[in-house]
Amino acid sequence: MSLAFQASQALPRGTDYLRILPELVLSIFGMIIMVLDPVVDQRRNQKALGTLALIGSLAAIASTLWQARAPGLAFWNMVQVDTFSVFFHFLITTITAVVILTSYEYMEVQQIRVGEYYALILFGAVGMCLMSSAVELVLIFIALEISSISTYILAGFRRRAAISSEASIKYFLLGSFATAFFLYGVALMFGATGSTSIPTIEQHLRSGSIPVLAYVAIALMFVGLGFKVAAAPFHVWTPDVYEGAPAPIVGFMSTAPKAAVFAVLLRIMFQIHAPGRLGLIWVAAALSMTLGNIGALVQQNVKRLLAYSSIAHAGYLLVAFAALPQNGIPSAMFYTASYAAMNIGAFAVVSHFGGAGERYVTLEDYSGLGRRSPVLAAALTLFLLSLIGIPITAGFFAKFYVFSAALQANLVGLVIIGVINSAVAAYYYLRVIVVVYMHDPRDESVLPAVPLELGAALAITALTTIYLGLLPGRVLDYASRSAGDLLH
Amino acid sequence: MTPDLHLWLIPVLPLIGAAINGFVGRRLTRQAIVTVAIAFCGASFAMALYVALRFSGLAIPHLETLAPWIRAGSFQADFAFYVDQLSLVMLLVVTGVGLLIHIYSIGYMWEEGGFYRFFCYLNLFMFFMLTLVLASNYLLMFIGWEGVGLASYLLIGFWFTKDSAASAGKKAFIVNRIGDFGFLIALFLMIKHFGTLNFDRVFQFAASMSVENATAGLLTAIGLLLMVGAAGKSAQIPLYVWLPDAMEGPTPVSALIHAATMVTAGVYMIARSHVIFERAPTALMVVAIIGTLTALFAATIGIAQTDIKKVLAYSTISQLGYMFLACGVAAFSAGIFHLMTHAFFKGLLFLAAGSVIHAVGGEQDMRKMGGLWRKIPWTWATMLIATCAIAGIPGLSGFFSKDEILWRAYQASWAYWLVGVVTAFLTSFYMFRLMYMTFAGEYRGVTSDHSIVQEQAPARSRPSAAQAHHGIHESPRVMLIPLAILAFLSIVGGWIGVPGSLGGSNRFDRFLGPVFRATAPAVKPQHAAPGETAPPEQTTEGLESHTGRGTELAFTGISVFAALLGLYLARLLYLRRPALPERIAAALNGLYAAVANKYYVDELYATLFVHPVVEGSKHILWHGMDQGVIDATLDNSADATRHVSDSLRHMQSGNLRSYAGWVAAGAAVVIAYMVWTGTR
Amino acid sequence: MPDNYFARYLPILIHFSLAALLATAIVLLSWIIGYRRPTRAKLSPYECGMTPVGDARQRFSVKFYLVAMLFILFDVEAVFLYPWAVILRDLKMFGFWEMLVYIGIVLVGFFYIWKKGVLDWGGASTGRGEV
Repeated sequence: MSLAFQASQALPRGTDYLRILPELVLSIFGMIIMVLDPVVDQRRNQKALGTLALIGSLAAIASTLWQARAPGLAFWNMVQVDTFSVFFHFLITTITAVVILTSYEYMEVQQIRVGEYYALILFGAVGMCLMSSAVELVLIFIALEISSISTYILAGFRRRAAISSEASIKYFLLGSFATAFFLYGVALMFGATGSTSIPTIEQHLRSGSIPVLAYVAIALMFVGLGFKVAAAPFHVWTPDVYEGAPAPIVGFMSTAPKAAVFAVLLRIMFQIHAPGRLGLIWVAAALSMTLGNIGALVQQNVKRLLAYSSIAHAGYLLVAFAALPQNGIPSAMFYTASYAAMNIGAFAVVSHFGGAGERYVTLEDYSGLGRRSPVLAAALTLFLLSLIGIPITAGFFAKFYVFSAALQANLVGLVIIGVINSAVAAYYYLRVIVVVYMHDPRDESVLPAVPLELGAALAITALTTIYLGLLPGRVLDYASRSAGDLLH
Repeated sequence: MTPDLHLWLIPVLPLIGAAINGFVGRRLTRQAIVTVAIAFCGASFAMALYVALRFSGLAIPHLETLAPWIRAGSFQADFAFYVDQLSLVMLLVVTGVGLLIHIYSIGYMWEEGGFYRFFCYLNLFMFFMLTLVLASNYLLMFIGWEGVGLASYLLIGFWFTKDSAASAGKKAFIVNRIGDFGFLIALFLMIKHFGTLNFDRVFQFAASMSVENATAGLLTAIGLLLMVGAAGKSAQIPLYVWLPDAMEGPTPVSALIHAATMVTAGVYMIARSHVIFERAPTALMVVAIIGTLTALFAATIGIAQTDIKKVLAYSTISQLGYMFLACGVAAFSAGIFHLMTHAFFKGLLFLAAGSVIHAVGGEQDMRKMGGLWRKIPWTWATMLIATCAIAGIPGLSGFFSKDEILWRAYQASWAYWLVGVVTAFLTSFYMFRLMYMTFAGEYRGVTSDHSIVQEQAPARSRPSAAQAHHGIHESPRVMLIPLAILAFLSIVGGWIGVPGSLGGSNRFDRFLGPVFRATAPAVKPQHAAPGETAPPEQTTEGLESHTGRGTELAFTGISVFAALLGLYLARLLYLRRPALPERIAAALNGLYAAVANKYYVDELYATLFVHPVVEGSKHILWHGMDQGVIDATLDNSADATRHVSDSLRHMQSGNLRSYAGWVAAGAAVVIAYMVWTGTR
Repeated sequence: MPDNYFARYLPILIHFSLAALLATAIVLLSWIIGYRRPTRAKLSPYECGMTPVGDARQRFSVKFYLVAMLFILFDVEAVFLYPWAVILRDLKMFGFWEMLVYIGIVLVGFFYIWKKGVLDWGGASTGRGEV
């Protein structure tokens, strides 16, 4: 009786749906693609399905912007739309759109004629968007699973390559293993505070003494989320999976889910005022940076190299989590955006250059790229320079803000480790540039021209990389306001 | 109301030139490429001259904000440009010498492939260098700072088909990165404690702090970190190793970047940050010691080099050491004075060396030269002037600036002075050795033998082959005119800073006075506000008067004697008794080998740092984890493509379990740590 | 009722002990009271069904797994309907539409697997996709 009474009292209102509008739009487009996929002729309409997905993601961007005008809570305080969630919604949906652009040519060349590829990207984006706006741990878990399951499947889409299936299975098994940790952490947090709602947990932890159970809960949640962002010591899967998965998907899953998980981590670490945060983050950040960079030094496979580099970048990003909230949050947000731009760009180049079956992925294959395709080489160089952190690229300011935030929190040791690591990192990125420009091409054959869609994707990522490197002010300002929203 | 000088045009003009040549240069004729590059660089020089003309009418420092850049919270940095006496001097040197080297490059690079690329990079370099010089905050300065590093990387590796050139470029870049991070951490410290990176605000803060005499505090830390950055860019111990390798680049590049402008950026940065250094005596002392040691160390290496450009490279490192020494004894204007004269004579030396190399068809080994003075008299004459200038022969520019530094060094400590004089002697010796080996005696090279020539410079086989047939000849006029102008400047460039003891009035020191003395620690903080200057009477002469003019003249005499001694010794060894050097070398077997091999520093670094990291990474991570575990699994699964279940079983029995083990172990550690923190 | 935290769970403990006791009693009693006459058939691991010969790790058609998974999906859907039915009156029309949307989504999935040929068991797949 009482259950029924409550239910009738709390029917969702119209505004509630507005607050999950981007997710709804993405789901609907995903389902349309799913229905159309078996009906239409694959060989001819692959591109049409992609275009539909692109329209879907653009519609999601538009609805994010529209949604931004009416912030607030929805669905019994489980979803919160504020500048913070809008930032990540915008980032994730934009990543989705760009990744779809980079996929057109790739799918054609690899002869993967399966339309649900695009549907899965959209479904994944639904989960990621929801992660950034959910303020309730169980909902966050569900969103995390939606995004993870899509990426597990996407990782195995090069079905002719054993290495890709292997990547998918490994990612799936280890990923479920890690998600279980997160869920267990949620359960313990409920046990410790009697709630799974982030604001309530925050109040509870602030008001009295913190039970040990809460510490363990944070630890377990960190294990689960740390796995997803490939932070050491939970990074072991990354090189294998990135090497096996299709290149555009690696670009996708090294940026969008990471951004979403970092959003969750920001909520957990800063909004909840996670106890014991500092030591945990310190070690994980230092380990990730060091292991990632050292691992990358000797890689001959460019995808593997970028995989190790992404571990290292997760480390740099984690440095921000050890800083004070008012500096740490904006710098972490800025870093996710910058990293997304440069990494997707780099993988777009890799996916174009790889050719059928991703044959050309070793460093030697890249020799003389500068002569064979100056535009592609220039783009790759820009992204690599940004990954190094050279000024007037996004990577410079991203690192700059993160390290300066950490230093304001007196984390001198961590900053020094980070700075030494960035110096080491220059070596292996530069190795690629040297090969591209300063070695003779092994193969003088003409590269296929860069198609329009891929060109657009490269242009968007390159311009964003430079924009964030030249005029970081506006984005950073917005991120600072979001930090204010997050901390009230 | 201060006039708007459109300062932003000065760096942006070369950028436009670079963009034009970079994007459409491939389709332009050589004439058009040259016109674009020279026009935009020249326009920049004209702007600099215009600023100099209007300078007396400006409120100093003159600040122009182009556009807001970053406004995040209380932190603010703009695209803003800053002109005071110091940046004006740098501006004129960079644009002036830069323009001359641009002109010279026309002749030098005319027959090279990638002509447009060269000028594009050169203009790009000018853009970054001018941004560095004109920046009004450390952040913008850092952008220029990294940018010149990038441009230098591109230019060193210009002949990228040469493996040594490619790796030299990489080495330069990475060594510089190490220095840059010192710089960067210094910036973080400033943001943290001052909340700003704008020069005027930072200096205001710093000026209000007390001198850190006994304690090493914040300013000392910032100063030391800035010095790390400067040591990287300006090739000081222990980060100098990249500069000699950088000689793989085309000679005009060596002249512009690795002699006249970029490598002096460190000196400029320290002089710019003098307010901080003046309040951090420890940091200042480190600057002086590193400068002194570098000056001596590099000079000794220079003695035994046989590559004409390598000699000049070590000489550059040594001269930069002098500049750091000057800054380290708080004689910033003397350091900048030497920076300027050095830009003239060292730029000239490199260009002349380029002309020599050009004439003999790509040969760089001095042992294969000799007797060239009759064949290329103009090059010989200009190079002789530059050599006299760097050696400190009285009346030439280098004499005045070096003398000024030595005198100020003596006032700080006699040890600095002594090392400085010994270095001056060594400088004179190796420079005249270079002159005698190159120009005097008989020609020792083989004109008709192509193989030697091509081995030395494979990328330029075309011109050298052509020249081998024509024999040795003087360079075209377009190369000689810049030589002549620089020779003229090498002579008269020092006359604006003739110290009082020699009957001059040291106008240079007085001109820079407002920059360096306005904020000296003796002055009370409220006088440190920008725009307010200390009374101009208080110049170096004022400080020196108590020591007496006679003493100073005596010291001048000693350094002149050292220079002449070097000249005499070089003449004795390399002109009169050419067999003697080899006998000496044989007698000093071990020592000579050590010097000739640059004291094995490169090898030491390789063993100490590069090797362990790369090898460790290879053995532990690559062979151990990657190949042993991961690749083994991949091979297995590749065999089992047809049996998916099979490969699955392999993975599960193999490393997937170990992966899960890693995750579980990590989780265990994390949980244990958190339980420990929670129960503590 | 005593206010001890664990005391509140006393009934459950009693329940568990009773259950354990009962189970043990039945097994024990049948062992004590019953009489045994073993035959060859009775001693085999499975008295009825196939004779277990060979490796248990045989390969199955992937269809078995697909059907198993599909079963779980639609099973969960059905389970969802029960609590919904209980409060349907209170949810009014909103509940009706909401469930319609939900079933619609499940139907999209059903349509998809159908068209992809997952449900075709005979010989070559007639579906157009490559599942």
